Amino acid sequence: MEPIIEFKNFSFKYRSQKEPTLKDINLKIYPGEKVLIIGPSGSGKSTLAHCINGLVPFSYSGEITGEYTIAGKDPKKLDIFELSKSVGTVLQDTDGQFIGLTVAEDLAFALENDEVPTKELHERVDKIAKEVDVKNLLEHAPTELSGGQKQRVSMGGVMISDVDILLLDEPLANLDPATGKHTMELIDEINKSKGTTIVVIEHRLEDALFRGADRIVVVGDGKIVSDSTPDELICKDILEEQGIREPLYVTAIKHAGGKLTEEMTPSRIDTIDVSSVKELVKSWHDKNAVFCEEEKGETILEGKDIYFSYDGKEKVLENVNFSVSKGEMLAIVGKNGAGKSTLSSLICGFNKPTSGELLFRGKDMSDLSIAERGEKIGLVMQNPNHMISKPMIFDEVALGLSIRGIPEKEIKERVEKILRVCGLYPFRNWPISALSFGQKKRVTIASILVMDPEIMILDEPTAGQDYRHYTEIMNFLKDINEKLGVTIIMITHDMHLMLEYTKRALVLADGKILADTTPARVLTDETLSDKAYLKKTSLYDLAEMCDIEDPTAFCETFIAFEQRER
Amino acid sequence: MSRVLSYEEKNTWIHRLCGVTKLIFFLLWSLTSMLTYDTRVLLVMLVLSIVILRASKTEWRQIGTVFKFILFFLFINLIAIYVLAPNQGTLIYGTDTYVCHLFKGHDLNQEMIFYEINVFLKYMTVVPTVFIFLVTTNPSEFAASMNRVGISYKIGYAIAISLRYIPDIQSDFVKIKNAQQARGIEMAKKAPFFQRIKHICAILFPLVFSSMDRIDVVSNAMELRGFGKHKKRTWYMGKALKKSDYIVVAFVVLFSAVALFVTFRDGSRFYNPFI
Amino acid sequence: METKKSKFGIKEVVAIGIGTALFVVLTEVAIPLGFIPNTALQVRAGMLAFIAALFGPIVGGVVGLLGHALGDAVFYGSVWWSWVIPDAVFGIAVGLFAKKFAINDGGFDGKKIALFNVVQVVANAVAWILCAPVLDIVIYKEPANKVFLQGIWAFIGDVIICAIIGSLLGFGYSKIKGSSSSLSKED
Repeated sequence: MEPIIEFKNFSFKYRSQKEPTLKDINLKIYPGEKVLIIGPSGSGKSTLAHCINGLVPFSYSGEITGEYTIAGKDPKKLDIFELSKSVGTVLQDTDGQFIGLTVAEDLAFALENDEVPTKELHERVDKIAKEVDVKNLLEHAPTELSGGQKQRVSMGGVMISDVDILLLDEPLANLDPATGKHTMELIDEINKSKGTTIVVIEHRLEDALFRGADRIVVVGDGKIVSDSTPDELICKDILEEQGIREPLYVTAIKHAGGKLTEEMTPSRIDTIDVSSVKELVKSWHDKNAVFCEEEKGETILEGKDIYFSYDGKEKVLENVNFSVSKGEMLAIVGKNGAGKSTLSSLICGFNKPTSGELLFRGKDMSDLSIAERGEKIGLVMQNPNHMISKPMIFDEVALGLSIRGIPEKEIKERVEKILRVCGLYPFRNWPISALSFGQKKRVTIASILVMDPEIMILDEPTAGQDYRHYTEIMNFLKDINEKLGVTIIMITHDMHLMLEYTKRALVLADGKILADTTPARVLTDETLSDKAYLKKTSLYDLAEMCDIEDPTAFCETFIAFEQRER
Repeated sequence: MSRVLSYEEKNTWIHRLCGVTKLIFFLLWSLTSMLTYDTRVLLVMLVLSIVILRASKTEWRQIGTVFKFILFFLFINLIAIYVLAPNQGTLIYGTDTYVCHLFKGHDLNQEMIFYEINVFLKYMTVVPTVFIFLVTTNPSEFAASMNRVGISYKIGYAIAISLRYIPDIQSDFVKIKNAQQARGIEMAKKAPFFQRIKHICAILFPLVFSSMDRIDVVSNAMELRGFGKHKKRTWYMGKALKKSDYIVVAFVVLFSAVALFVTFRDGSRFYNPFI
Repeated sequence: METKKSKFGIKEVVAIGIGTALFVVLTEVAIPLGFIPNTALQVRAGMLAFIAALFGPIVGGVVGLLGHALGDAVFYGSVWWSWVIPDAVFGIAVGLFAKKFAINDGGFDGKKIALFNVVQVVANAVAWILCAPVLDIVIYKEPANKVFLQGIWAFIGDVIICAIIGSLLGFGYSKIKGSSSSLSKED
């Protein structure tokens, strides 16, 4: 069989860069295959995707050496439109990809550009809407859709042109775990039923492997460092070398001293055979089991009987009670629209609760302005580009202080101190535009920290970050939490984050607090994790397979062990 | 954006018209209203436009707040005209029929009152058609129908994109404003001028620059799905022009012609009851 | 990453769309100048100057026209053509010099900022002291002294806003787009 995508000694250098981004790529992908391309940020995996869909060289120009063919043709001789008939691309930013005013129009977009008559448009839109399960949403505007629904529309919108190759750029990045699972299921169905070749770019390996893959290609520093079956890859050390997170159950088995072999089919939790490592895992658990009693500090923030509604009819929050202790690291979890952001906007004072009260150190906050609250409770937005308004790092961090009329000398001292804490001091005179996404995030955190808040609320602090940057940011937050005693509240649906870095999770569903317990318990309780749109952790399954009586305790053992190791 | 005019689906013959028909109607109607100063024509136009507004089953709650705002605005404008040019009426109509004395240098005459009524009418004849156009035209169908009358589909699509992203940018704006307020950047009314500009910049910069990134993403997405491939494109929401569309267009063309004829018959755009 | 210059079309279409959306959203962000109707320091004017300087006369002109018409229509329920058209004229005028400003190449500073400000002052003068009052007189037969006063107020307001916000946006964006290869860490 002829490969549908083939790269031969292929290199690519962007026009504005000195070094090639892709070096000596040799890769064959066959029709009907499902291939996962993984690699850390900056490894070149996105550039590789751009080469497949034609953005390189048609939108991003540069120098190509070597040969490549896509769907049997030389892309250099085609144009991007010809290529888009063979390769359908689903971008990471579903809001950017969703161009139509309604679902139906967005699905029809590619066909409209191909001058398909209106009547046929309606037929084909109906058909594809069924396939990606958005039939009842056809007249909805994008603002009325969830992230998962938008993504299904994006997929439908490219599949409608009967593409041979479906290319997905980090499809899981903006989704909650449960929705991510559905996405991987849908991709798998498309692959099986239509025989479409699937190329998925991801760094969340465990989630991406939920329905398996034929092959995994690992890209590191512009080169292909591994090209093998998932089972093979899991047994090698490449993931660790490249800074890609391996599945949690794999890490657990390794901690227990177990050796993984291909025969165990270890790439998926539902296929792995643990008989050879079962006893090891069990005894490791018994040896390392922890009993931690959490001692509580003084209460710093409290919510009492909070109700909230935007329009006076529909309740967004209902009977919400919680308390936060000083120095805690706490997660607020729940699916999109469950009321997480609303709760944080009530705490910050952007909206006022319909009834109930919010207490800061026992005092009602309702008379405090947004700015007054901001001195006590800092908010870091998900997208750092939404906060940064100064070209230079120093000025950005100093902004909150200079607005408050603090003398210049004191500003300089405080900013420099915080820049040191945040590891940004060497960059203090750089323009922010020269920083990476993760570094920008740090700048926004620094710009809040400099005001000496007692509580910091972070909205999805690690969204879109690869494992290395994720670890960097989270360790940094942990540091701040421990050294400066800042209480940290994180709104997230990253399960690893809550499991590894928080001791308590508030689970919100439909505007109510469903649970207030340890992350390990949330992620091992199937009903609870389902309602919160999270996913039961694979550690739970591993514990069950190894006949460990209390899977929650196993989870806690694992976390404690990890924290000691770090 | 609670008090903003927006499309609402209803089933009236006006809703069923093509978007472009309503655009032509609106443009010709406002052109006529701009050119004429004939009180009789303006009165007929006002009555007609209110009748059409009723026919479109537009409710007060859809337009009420905006309408009150327009009235307030218009009122200030009328006062400003009087304060700055109390003799504008005489200048136009040629006579000076004294009514009363108001304050220093400002007598009130009938010509001025009549002129101000005409200004008021002129604005008021257009307002209902703006309402009708905005609340009865499905934005998706509108972009499609622009193309149908020969306007480049690229312009049509540019409008569609702006309608698509207004809600997104609006919500970004609120989010950014909130986050900056929490940092102490208040859009306070009393702040000194330069500080206020500084504060607005703190919101504006992130908003504009992240929108520039969005331009890149959206144009890539469109290119990857073949936008601009051909000289023409088709439209999912495209509607064929129906008989009713032709009738409406014919009516507005005829009406404008007659209205302008009546207006300019005596060589002046004003109707002068004073001679 | 650079984009090919020859790709007129998609990028401009999207720039018009997003630019118009921005303009509409910013319609209500204004600092009133005084008790004269229709005049306020309108932040959107600075944004328009920036968009026009970045994308050229077509994008600038269309964003001015569509943005102003649409913004006024949805927020104020009426379209004052005599004030819509000058915004289009302003967008075109500033946009004509887009190549000279070279914001995208990272060179928008010193002389170019000065040039930008000369252009915006002239463009604003044409738009608000010439275009708008003349249209007001022709269309609405409003008193000349009133409309010229309004026009001059609008001119002053927009010149200030463009000088501050327009220049800063251009400068900031140029920094983002410019190269940063000469940076080194300091201790």
